[in-house]
Order: sequence, then structure tokens, then C-alpha cells
Amino acid sequence: MACEALIIGGSAGSLDVLLKVLPDLNGDLSFPIIIVVHRKRGTDSLLPDLLSGKTRLRVKEADEKETIKAGFIYIAPSDYHLLIENDRSFSLDFSEKINYSRPSIDATFEAAAEVYKDKLVCMLLSGSNSDGVNGLKVVKAFGGIAVIQDPKSAQVSYMPAQAAENVKIDYTLGIKDAAKFINLLSS
Amino acid sequence: MINDEQVEVLLLDMLEKYGYDFTGYSKASLKRRIHRLYSLDKSLSFAEFRFRISDDPAYFKRFVEQITVNVTEMFRDPAFFKTLRNDVLPKLGTYPLIRIWLAGCSTGEEAYSISIILKELNLLHKALIYATDINPAVLEKASQGMFGLSQMKQYSENYILAGGTRDFSSYYTAKYSLAKLVPELKSKIIFSSHNLVSDHSFNEFQLILCRNVLIYFDRDLQHKVIDLFDNSLEELGYLALGTKETLEFSPLAKKYKRIQNEKIWRKVS
Repeated sequence: MACEALIIGGSAGSLDVLLKVLPDLNGDLSFPIIIVVHRKRGTDSLLPDLLSGKTRLRVKEADEKETIKAGFIYIAPSDYHLLIENDRSFSLDFSEKINYSRPSIDATFEAAAEVYKDKLVCMLLSGSNSDGVNGLKVVKAFGGIAVIQDPKSAQVSYMPAQAAENVKIDYTLGIKDAAKFINLLSS
Repeated sequence: MINDEQVEVLLLDMLEKYGYDFTGYSKASLKRRIHRLYSLDKSLSFAEFRFRISDDPAYFKRFVEQITVNVTEMFRDPAFFKTLRNDVLPKLGTYPLIRIWLAGCSTGEEAYSISIILKELNLLHKALIYATDINPAVLEKASQGMFGLSQMKQYSENYILAGGTRDFSSYYTAKYSLAKLVPELKSKIIFSSHNLVSDHSFNEFQLILCRNVLIYFDRDLQHKVIDLFDNSLEELGYLALGTKETLEFSPLAKKYKRIQNEKIWRKVS
């Protein structure tokens, strides 16, 4: 399959994983990476800066109406849900929190599932709530691929463990294998 | 799941039956909201859902209420309100009458926040805040001026971060689980319905605020609404948008000068 987008969701303990995985990613990936992580509001600009120092890919916060392009890592802004339109652009949404979270991983997974269908890969990392689990179900229903961090390797195993329990997961990866897996998705 | 074609069908129904035009709204968010309501109300089928919306005006009212996003807070984005307090409103203080339009006011939290700042700057007596929304149900709630008591702690923190120095609790009285804002704060606010999609300019203002509304509109509708604001804004007036919104895509942007680090633009020509 040709991957058209990779979305990575995570909560508590996921930043460490990203900091370990990003440096090993090829700089010419044929798809965009969209990152949705829970964090405190008002800590906005820090995350893109932090991550851009760790990767050859270009990192930026997702802007509303921005066209999604390969070779970029987009970060969901804090305090907005990040959605994806049919024309492969972002839109933002300030509706109710979902699973106590905004941005919600479910919201982005679900919106992307319908747009990218079987060309979507969604990956759920360490975290302490079940945001993203329902989204993975929807991704699977539209033919996409569901990936989790091996709960044994996660600082907080609840989120990937919940996914493993409730969704038919395609790949379970240790931290060391994650970058290799992502690089192989590139065509 | 509600699919794209079904969303289109509902939007056309609404336009034909009720004259509400949602066709310029961003689809991903709208579809999400519609699907949420569909599940929430345990609709039996799409056909039943569709029939109810077009046949039952009371349900249509609920539909509009639920598919528009009405989440808001007092002094949301405190840094923004601090700039209003320190830079924008004092400049408007020289006018004999300060006219403010808050477009998309939802349940009124921002309108009352502005009222508080005006009061503290001794400008409230000569200000008028036109607070408008498409959704009659939220306007009704807004005009009551009552909010959950449990939210007041957060609002009080926001107020202090926004440069407020008084005792925030002096602005409301607790009544069971509700906080009722003091009547003075409402005295200069006019709550009224206005549809940004179909209604025209209704006055000239020195300050227009429209925060977290444009994110729900597609680009064409954004252009149209920016035109409407430009037509409704006096020279040297200010336009304030949401944290993730911008004026930069519009050809009108060249008439405006942005206040550094804030989503506030001043009409300079």
C-alpha cells in the first residue's frame, strides 16, 4: 500500500518516544506526519521548536486551511481539535473536549480515516487515557492501518493497552523499531 | 456514520426549508457535529433524521444549536484581553461613543469580559457592545448573565492573567450552583441575532471581535465575512480574530496593520 499520511497520537510519556524516533527518520519521506499529543494549553510554540531540532523533516504547527504536504511534520496546536478536509487541508475546531482532551486524538484519527481510507497509518503511543482507541476503530473500518507502541515499552501503558484490547491492531512496535517501520512506509 | 453526500442533502434541505445557509461551512467539523447529534439523539435512520429536521421546527432549532460550536470562556486567551485592556480600549476612550461588535458571541462570556474591562477603564458608561450570534438559543442564555459557579475559579484566574486587579468575585453573586453577574455588566450589551452568512452590515464600529468563528468557514465565506467586517469598521478601528485565525489571506489585509504578537489588526487606510 502507498501511505498517504501517518498520524501519531500520544499522551503522557509520548514525548520521549518522539524524541527518540524522530532523529532516525529519513529526510525524504513520501508522506506527511501529523502529530497529536495532549499537553497543557498555552505551551504552544514550544513543541514544534523542540521537535524540529531532532529531525531532518520540516516541523511546523498545523494552520487552518493549510494544504498538507509530504516531507512535513505537522503538530496539532494546543486547545484545538485538528481535522482534515477532503481536499487534504487542515481545519481547526474548538468544540467540547473529547476524552477530557483538546486536541483529541480520536477527532483527528476519525476525520483522517474517511479522507485517506486505506492509505492511512495511525500510531498510538504511551498515554494514560483512552483517547485514540475509538479513532483507531474507525481507521480500521475505513481500511487504514492501526499501529501501537508496545505497551511493555511505554512509560504509561494504558493507552496502547486499551487499543490492543479493543481494536484489531496491525503492528505492535518497540521504540527501536518505530523509525524503521516509518521509513519503510515511504515509497 | 453520516457521509459527505448526506451532509450535502441536509444542508440543501436547511437552505430550502428554513433559509439557513451552511453550505460555506468547513465540512470536516460540520460533519462531525452532525454525526454527534445523530448518535446523541439515537436517530433510527438517516431518512428519519432528515425528515425530523425538515418537518419539525423545534427539532430544527435544536439542530442549529447543536451543529454550531458554542464553547467559550470568560477572558479566554488572557494575553489577548490584556492587550485589549492596555492598548486597544484606552485608544478608543477618546471617542464620545465607543461602538463594539462582538460577532459570534455564543453564550456571552466574552461580551461580559469586555464589559468588565470597560468598567474598570471607566469607559463602560459611553460604550455599546452589540453581541450577535446566528443561534437564538445561545442568545437567550447569554442575556441571562448566569454561568456555572464551578467555572468561576478558572475565569478568575484568566481575569488576573488578563491584567485584572480587583476581586473577581465582586462581579457576581452566587445562587445555588450558578453565578449571576451584576446587572451593571449587562447594561451596555445588546444581544441580537445576526447571521454572518446572509445578513448585512448594520452599523459602523471602532472595534469588531470575531474569535473562533472563521475557522468553521471555507475560504470563500471567510473572504465574504472579512469584507463585511471591513465595511462595518471605521477608519482606525480594530478587528480582532481568534488565536489561530488570520487576515493575511485577504486582499484587504494591506489596509490593515497588525498589533505585534496579537491577532488584532488596525484599519489604517
